[in-house]
Amino acid sequence: MKREVLINCGHWFSPLAFALLAIFTSACSASPWMSASASSRPSDPEVLLATTTSIQDSGLLDVLLPVFEERTGYVVKPIAVGSGQALVLGERGEVDVLLVHSPDAEVAFIAAGHGVDRRLVMHNAFVLLGPPADPAGIKGARSAVEAFERIAQAGALFISRGDGSGTDVLEKKLWTRLGYVPLGQSWYQETGQGMGATLNVADEKRGYTLADHGTYLARKKGLTLEIMVEEDRALLNVYHVIRVNPDKSPRINAAGARAFADFMVAPDTQALIGEFGVNQFGEPLFIPDAGKREEALGE
Amino acid sequence: MDLIVEGISRALVLLFTGDAELWRVIGLSLLVSGTATLLSLLVGIPTGTFLALTDFPGRRIVVSLVNTGMGLPPIVVGLFVTILLWRSGPLGGLRLLYTPAAMVIAQCVIATPIVTGLTLAAMQALNPKLRLQILALGATRLQMLWLLMREARLPLLAAVMAGFGGAVSEVGASIMVGGNIPGQTRVLTTATVMETSRGNFAMAIALSLVLLWLMLCVNAFLTVIQQRRRPL
Amino acid sequence: MGEARDSDKAILRAEGLIVQRAGRTVLDIPALEVARGEVVAIIGPNGAGKSTLLLTLALLLSPTEGRLWFDGLWIDRQVDRVALRRRMAVVFQEPLLLDLSVYENVAVGLQLRGVSAAERARRTWYWLERLGIAELARRPARDLSGGEAQRTSLARAFALAPEILFLDEPFAGLDAPTRAEVIEHVGALIRDTGITTVLVTHDRDEALALGDRIGVLIGGHLLQLDRPEVVFGTPASPEVAAFVGIETVVPGHVIAYRDGVARVQVAQRVVEAVAEMYPGRAVWVCLRPEDVTLLSEDAAGESSARNRLAGRVVRVRPAGTQVRVTVDCGFPVVALITQPSAQRLGLTPGQRVVASFKASAVHLIGR
Repeated sequence: MKREVLINCGHWFSPLAFALLAIFTSACSASPWMSASASSRPSDPEVLLATTTSIQDSGLLDVLLPVFEERTGYVVKPIAVGSGQALVLGERGEVDVLLVHSPDAEVAFIAAGHGVDRRLVMHNAFVLLGPPADPAGIKGARSAVEAFERIAQAGALFISRGDGSGTDVLEKKLWTRLGYVPLGQSWYQETGQGMGATLNVADEKRGYTLADHGTYLARKKGLTLEIMVEEDRALLNVYHVIRVNPDKSPRINAAGARAFADFMVAPDTQALIGEFGVNQFGEPLFIPDAGKREEALGE
Repeated sequence: MDLIVEGISRALVLLFTGDAELWRVIGLSLLVSGTATLLSLLVGIPTGTFLALTDFPGRRIVVSLVNTGMGLPPIVVGLFVTILLWRSGPLGGLRLLYTPAAMVIAQCVIATPIVTGLTLAAMQALNPKLRLQILALGATRLQMLWLLMREARLPLLAAVMAGFGGAVSEVGASIMVGGNIPGQTRVLTTATVMETSRGNFAMAIALSLVLLWLMLCVNAFLTVIQQRRRPL
Repeated sequence: MGEARDSDKAILRAEGLIVQRAGRTVLDIPALEVARGEVVAIIGPNGAGKSTLLLTLALLLSPTEGRLWFDGLWIDRQVDRVALRRRMAVVFQEPLLLDLSVYENVAVGLQLRGVSAAERARRTWYWLERLGIAELARRPARDLSGGEAQRTSLARAFALAPEILFLDEPFAGLDAPTRAEVIEHVGALIRDTGITTVLVTHDRDEALALGDRIGVLIGGHLLQLDRPEVVFGTPASPEVAAFVGIETVVPGHVIAYRDGVARVQVAQRVVEAVAEMYPGRAVWVCLRPEDVTLLSEDAAGESSARNRLAGRVVRVRPAGTQVRVTVDCGFPVVALITQPSAQRLGLTPGQRVVASFKASAVHLIGR
């Protein structure tokens, strides 16, 4: 298939372009990092996974993917972007499967027919972080919304991801619930970057920020930021695996996507998720939730 | 400050204990950027030479395009290459997105105008009468080009170095078209961005040091050659 | 032009050569032949088209119109120019050496021709020796002085054993003592090897030193091409006359002729000239400054010259070891006299003197 396309291109492009493409392909196919480790290679071994920066930054995939690849012969290419962009990539059929944490948008995504088979994988909690001095005095607030209100009233610096990620969407939702539009306020700043980078900025500028618990745990050591509010049901960070609707594009690796989705909710995978981070932080970064009802979480 | 000290010391440990992941990233950086540079030379040196030695209608436009291209923002290149390589894009059938080949393409697009522009400048800096003299010595066209390139070898070498430097140090396009996939498209720059985001500053510093060290080697190489050219 | 030549003897022949640049004709040469073994020196002022002519003849520039033959072969579009160029060599005003050693520079033309290493070394060393630069062989060419660099360029050309050698102002970039030395040296090499040579230069002395024939190229036109004594003694036109150093060129009419001597009226004066020109003929009267002697009015009788014209000194300018004096004799006459005689005469503008010159020193050109 690949070779055919190349030869067709040869007719259209100059011989030089043909030579370039030939080099590219040989660079891909000849290089060891492109071949799957398993002996039984699926006919299309490459699975494109759109996931979130918080997942990538946590390092969870570094543990899970080798197991999946070893077991199935698929090669997963994780593309770490915000949940927003991940959903758009899915909508365009550019990726095969999603691992995201933006529940409202996901429901809309399924409803629009972009994805199928949305399955609960795991959750962790968001935490509201702030400088130890706590200028807005939010420590001990009963809920995240209440804390947000105090921040707004105090005009204390708040650092937002602003990147359309799941974290960002949740944060915006909390402001909306408060009936408040913080965007444009001098104390409200968006980084437009991933969780890790946003934590760096908040730490440096001594601002409040919303972070997922996993990333916070992983990064805790180098930060002065402290947890201000947690254990609010509104702060649950729920991850679902969604297969992109195979009708979107003939190039979607439907079998691979199914294999990956099945893998994520399989009992031994769930066990791996439950152990991840315990050694390092004394507690797991994610709580495995496969098979549970989403509404039942956090109770 | 202690972070930098700690970072540097950990970086040295990582480098000298042969940390597999680090060396894989270094190797991939060299391979991807090296391939991209090589391809940009194949296109850029002939194009730059052609632009320097011939006159044709529209030449000025092409030259100004090349000069603009020398400052092409990598992120713009990344965006367009991504769109071209999307499954739904015109070259989607090649399935190149999120592969080293895609990074090679993007870096090649970034490096080629640099190589072309510097080649053009190098060849134009030669005495135009030298071409006549070389032809008068009985050179074929190919022999003339060879001798002219020999004459301009130092600035041409600088073009090669600048092309490689542009390719290896660029991050925006690489992360977009490569996706920073470990072992596949994770190179020095994209890994540095990720490790910084993860808060692994030691690793980030190690990667930066390696990048600096790479550039240093490149420049040292150039300097050695320049020194050798000095009169006795 | 010049004397007719047997075309078998001509190694290079041009016909109806026209070169245009940006719509302007910069070279227009109806016919030109270079015989095997001769040295043709083309002189002319800057911008006359000398280099254009040389590049065209050396097949480095395609003429807009015209035909060229090299060694009897008509050079049309199909001819392999590289093969023909490999039978020629060109030395330019700038040495145009490559960034290599002196030895490698001299060898490079042979290398391009695929001459074997042994033969290359033999010829390269031979010509390094002959140009006196053998001890510089290992030096980088960029470290050479101007004279050394031009000798390298010349060695590079001679090493190719060309059938024709083109020299484009090869001595112009050299300082005076080096230049004289190199000119003499090259003259000897050309005579020894018998290489056909075309030299273009703006310098009359270089042309006189080397040329078997001298051509005068002005404004893209080859106005005269002949043996040196013919061009310098009897220039074909006032432009040529002016360029070959005849400083007095004035219009006149022949009013009488007897026994080989023409009497020419110039302004209100009469000049006698040894020339076969008959009354009524409009002519240019040409007179070299070194052929004019200046006398004080009272000593005028001492001169035996036929022409003795009284006039006033207009201008006195030093010219090296001599003095150039312009005298108004009804028309300007330029004289070149020694400094002692200038001092003896005590020349100052306005002073009355007599300009004296032989009838045989006057050259007439029909108008």
